[in-house]
Order: sequence, then structure tokens, then C-alpha cells
Amino acid sequence: MRNLLHRISELKSAAKEAVSKSLLFAKFLCLLHVTDTYLCSPIIVYGPSMLPTLNMAGDVLLAEHLSPLLGKVGPGDVVLVRSPENPRKSITKRVLGMEGDSVTFLPDPANSDRSLTIRVPKGHVWIQGDNIYASRDSRQLGPIPYGLIEGKVFWRVWPPRDFGTLG
Amino acid sequence: MGTGNFLWNLSKNYFTFGLIGLTVSDRYFSIVSVQGTSMSPTFNSHVDNSKRPLTDDRVLVEKFCLEKYKFFHGDVVVFCSPTNHREKHVKRITGLPGDWISAPHNYDVIVVPEGHCWVEGDNSALSFDSRSIGPIPLGLIRGRVTHIVWPPNRVGKVHRTISQERLPF
Repeated sequence: MRNLLHRISELKSAAKEAVSKSLLFAKFLCLLHVTDTYLCSPIIVYGPSMLPTLNMAGDVLLAEHLSPLLGKVGPGDVVLVRSPENPRKSITKRVLGMEGDSVTFLPDPANSDRSLTIRVPKGHVWIQGDNIYASRDSRQLGPIPYGLIEGKVFWRVWPPRDFGTLG
Repeated sequence: MGTGNFLWNLSKNYFTFGLIGLTVSDRYFSIVSVQGTSMSPTFNSHVDNSKRPLTDDRVLVEKFCLEKYKFFHGDVVVFCSPTNHREKHVKRITGLPGDWISAPHNYDVIVVPEGHCWVEGDNSALSFDSRSIGPIPLGLIRGRVTHIVWPPNRVGKVHRTISQERLPF
């Protein structure tokens, strides 16, 4: 009988420990989620659209998410945007105009010098890749709602020779 | 020493609670209150202001749909307004990518572009929706409304219905 009681109390303490361990783990995951969505997260970017600022093959960047939340994104910032064509994808582009700005752009730089000027509507931003010859951006998609901006890129981690702020 | 310890514990508890709350409301569920009559009679079903109830409807919003961005006709969604990112709107999806929608004012027919959806309020007379701002990107959607949770006499599921006249071709 005493043996049984002993076993039960042993089991109890083991269960208590398991619960507290898993609670700690859950808290850790929550902390991870909050830092990832509200503070800063690493991203990997591919593709030619941001040449020469970002390389073609897999730069690792740090994006912070506070500026878009606080409305501190301005012209010249490199931003992470949820693609308007495919919500499962994110694209990295440079902001060229905020709401109310007039933006002049070349709709087809490879074939003609024709330029167009438009006014960015309320609540939207104008984004463009640095490599205007190979970028799908506001010139094709039109102005992008501000709500699609997810982060502002502020630091490059990889490759090591470009470690530092984005030039 | 005792008060310092107590304050430390209190702030630690608040911090932990905040972290968990934020995570749950970001990834799983949150509760928002619906303002305005653009979704009447589904939410805030009072006809005129004199019969206005004391509280707005509170609804449960699930976030699981944001993993895949898979939506269906008739889903009621919460989305960030394209014209002001600080505002959130609640509307019903009536058109998905590839659907043909007849624009109400000029009888034009528009195709909903890839990655966008067409949203309309249930109370079409008093609703500011895709009929004036055009199709909205799916990326602006912040969750899907599943239940009404407050006031108690209106608790219930929100159905995925769509009126016949609004069906896309």
C-alpha cells in the first residue's frame, strides 16, 4: 500500500514537471513568433529585379516590421511586400513614391524612351525594382496598397563581404 | 525587497500573458467588433438608427485560412482597407480570381485579376466595397469571420451564403 502511494506521488511530480517544461516551450515559441512578426526576421531574396543593390543568388537580409506598423516607410526604403498577384509570395522592391506623390516612370525601358507620370492614390505606394529591365513591379501592377508592406529591409547578413546596411 | 519582487513577478506575468495573447490572436483566433451597417442583416442588423442596439456585434475571426490563402465564395473576411492601412473592414467575398463580375454602375464586365478578390457588403445600399474601390489583393485579408459571439441573443455561426443575384457569371 505504501509502495503504491509512493508510486503515485512520483508519477504526480513527473507529470507536473512535464507540464511546466511544455509550458516553457510554448512560451518560447510565442516569443519567437512575436519577435518574428513584430520586430525583425531574416529573409532570403532571389532574382534579378533588385540588381545591383541585391545580388542575384540568395542574399540573406534582415527585415524589421516596426516601421510599416508605425507608418514610417518612406521613399528610398527597400521593403518586403506581399505580392498582389500571389498572396503566398513576398517580393522585395524599393519604394519610390508615397500617397499623393507624382511618379514618372518608363513603362517599357528596353524598347522605348516613352515616360509616363501618374499620381499615387490615397493609401498606396509606388514600388519598383532597381533593375528596371527585369522587374515586375508597380509599372505593371499599379500602385500597391500600404497594407501589403510587411517589412523594411535594413541589414544584409550574407554574403559576408557586403555585411552591413544596404547601400 | 518584497515589493520589488512582487512588481517583478507581476510584470513578468503581464509580459508572458501578452506574448501568448498576441500569438494566439495572430495565428489562431481573435475577436473584433463590427461597426457600421454595411454587413446588415448578417451583423448589426438594425434597420435605422432609432433602433440602434447598445452594443455592436462582436465576431470571432479565425486565422488558419492565412496559411494557404484559400477562400471560397461567400466567406466573410476581415481585411485591411486599401485606402487606409489603419482601418479594417468586414465584407463578404463574392468573386475570386478568374471570375467575371458585372460592375454595377456602367454595366461593364470585369475579370477579377490573379491574387485578388471581389468583396461586397450584405447591405449593398450602405456599403463601401469593391464596387467603388475595385478588386482587392488577397494579401490584405487578415482573417475569416466564423461566429458571432456577442450580444448573447445573436450568438451563432456565420454561414457561407451568397445571394443569387450577386453570383458571378
